[in-house]
Amino acid sequence: MGMTLTEKILSHSSNSKTVTPGDIIFSNVDKVMMHDVSGPGVIKVFKELEKKGYQLEKLWDPDRVWISEDHFVPASDRISADNVIQLTKWAQKYGIKKHFKYGMGQYGICHTISHEEGLVLPGEVYVGGDSHTNTTGAIGAFSAGLGHTDIAYVLKHGKIWFKVPETMLFKVTGKKPDYIMAKDIILNIISDIGTDGANYRAMQFSGSVVDGMEMEERFTLTNMTTEAGAKNGIIEPDNTTVDYLRTRLGRINFNLIKGDPDAEFSEIFDYDCEKMEPSVAKPYSPENVVPVREVQGTEIDKAYIGSCTGAKLSDLRSAAKILEGKKVKVRTEVLPAAQSIYMKAIKEGLVTIFMESGAVIGPPTCGACCGAHMGVLGKDEICASTTNRNFPGRMGDVTSKTYLASPMVVAASAITGKLTDPRDL
Amino acid sequence: MHKYNRPNIDTDVIIPGPYLKIHDHDELAKHAMEGLDPNFTNKASKGDFLLVGHNFGCGSSREHAPIALSKTGIKAILSPSFARIFYRNSIDGGYLLPIEIEENILEKIDDKDEIEINLDKNSILNVTKNESYPIKPFSKIISDIIEAGGLFNYKIS
Repeated sequence: MGMTLTEKILSHSSNSKTVTPGDIIFSNVDKVMMHDVSGPGVIKVFKELEKKGYQLEKLWDPDRVWISEDHFVPASDRISADNVIQLTKWAQKYGIKKHFKYGMGQYGICHTISHEEGLVLPGEVYVGGDSHTNTTGAIGAFSAGLGHTDIAYVLKHGKIWFKVPETMLFKVTGKKPDYIMAKDIILNIISDIGTDGANYRAMQFSGSVVDGMEMEERFTLTNMTTEAGAKNGIIEPDNTTVDYLRTRLGRINFNLIKGDPDAEFSEIFDYDCEKMEPSVAKPYSPENVVPVREVQGTEIDKAYIGSCTGAKLSDLRSAAKILEGKKVKVRTEVLPAAQSIYMKAIKEGLVTIFMESGAVIGPPTCGACCGAHMGVLGKDEICASTTNRNFPGRMGDVTSKTYLASPMVVAASAITGKLTDPRDL
Repeated sequence: MHKYNRPNIDTDVIIPGPYLKIHDHDELAKHAMEGLDPNFTNKASKGDFLLVGHNFGCGSSREHAPIALSKTGIKAILSPSFARIFYRNSIDGGYLLPIEIEENILEKIDDKDEIEINLDKNSILNVTKNESYPIKPFSKIISDIIEAGGLFNYKIS
């Protein structure tokens, strides 16, 4: 029996000839990421272990590790400022050179940095101290989120246990209408399988629509697999992947690993993109998905275009197309997901379009997406957002409500002040 | 036993986003379950259990969630299923036990029932009702990690 791409990567990384879903393996790790929330968490784990007598002077391989400052930058208060100071000293002590620091050139949301900088290659095992680490799987890597103890363990030993997941295959075909974005597709998938529909499993995407997508749209699909509980999201690498990586890394060679033709999937789902509608996930769950037109006219207080899933360059371009020459009716915030994307948005004139519409442009940060700072929602406020979660209190007060949608839907809703299908503007 | 019979209790509810910057474990405990039951920390005491609906701990990977719960005294959580990162954080950090039960057992145990968990027999005894229920056994490696007190103490064989 053949193996899926996820199984194949895990068999190589665990030095096994084959692996079968359900096997628990110890896998070697190629790359590791932590940020200004998981990083201090990892430091705390190290400190506790040192108190118990563990020897932790050296990491397994500091060159395979990078750090992103993203959740609490710009510093929201003294505690978060201290966390970054502590993290910086710690990174220096352990010789971690790839530290994407706020205010010092390229920085941004960790998942965006991982692909903008070409830090992960097809076939690699990549773990990060953040649940949306799944994002990077669109490059053709095994990419999964872990907690602080597990990241600490990887930093020390270069390996970690995984239960080999079953793979669910999602084939998306049909002619993709212009108003449908990857966000609409993945919200519809989550709606069908539920927020635990892929728990412990891999979600793989294929089909003509996925083949035709640029990389940034593919990252939206894999990013949101986390909201279905998936261990990882993955897409087989192709010429689009190669071009994307070569643009960033030059003519480097890498393994274009694919699954076996006779690989077995636990389930196969077929989607016809032509039949899809621009959609929103209503509060308080990413699985609570309806066509925008079903809730059209719901008044909103804020439109938010930000986060690792909704503020890549392609997201900003789509939103700008709709906002060009229009004025926003509710407070609207645009936060590019990385400094490099911010710069491209300026050069392409997107930032001018946003500002002329009345929107505020903010620095790259996870802040408001996780309700931490930089524009949290107040009591009973309603937000249309390009982010990935809408649990109670996710973006601010526990009574606030977030509707998750594509950048096009959020931009259209910003103009009318109500949830709006972009076709109805 | 503290019962919250609803599915998909996510980590934003278990420990809300603004507390992510806090890494003092006792301080985190003061805010455990704040998004669901602001009075939770007054109710929980050492050795208590939680009984919750399926997909407990979904959402963010924050290890703050099992840390905060364990520091309120919670020893084990019973649920039909756990989100994967919460599950492994609980075990690898040695904070608490995520114990999988059958869905129908949720109805059989009431808030404040006294229960005993027997890992050797893979069963729960409801002392209040004098009933016992099965639990899903841990796989070998997981149970070895639990036995070792966390991943760092575990020796790969």
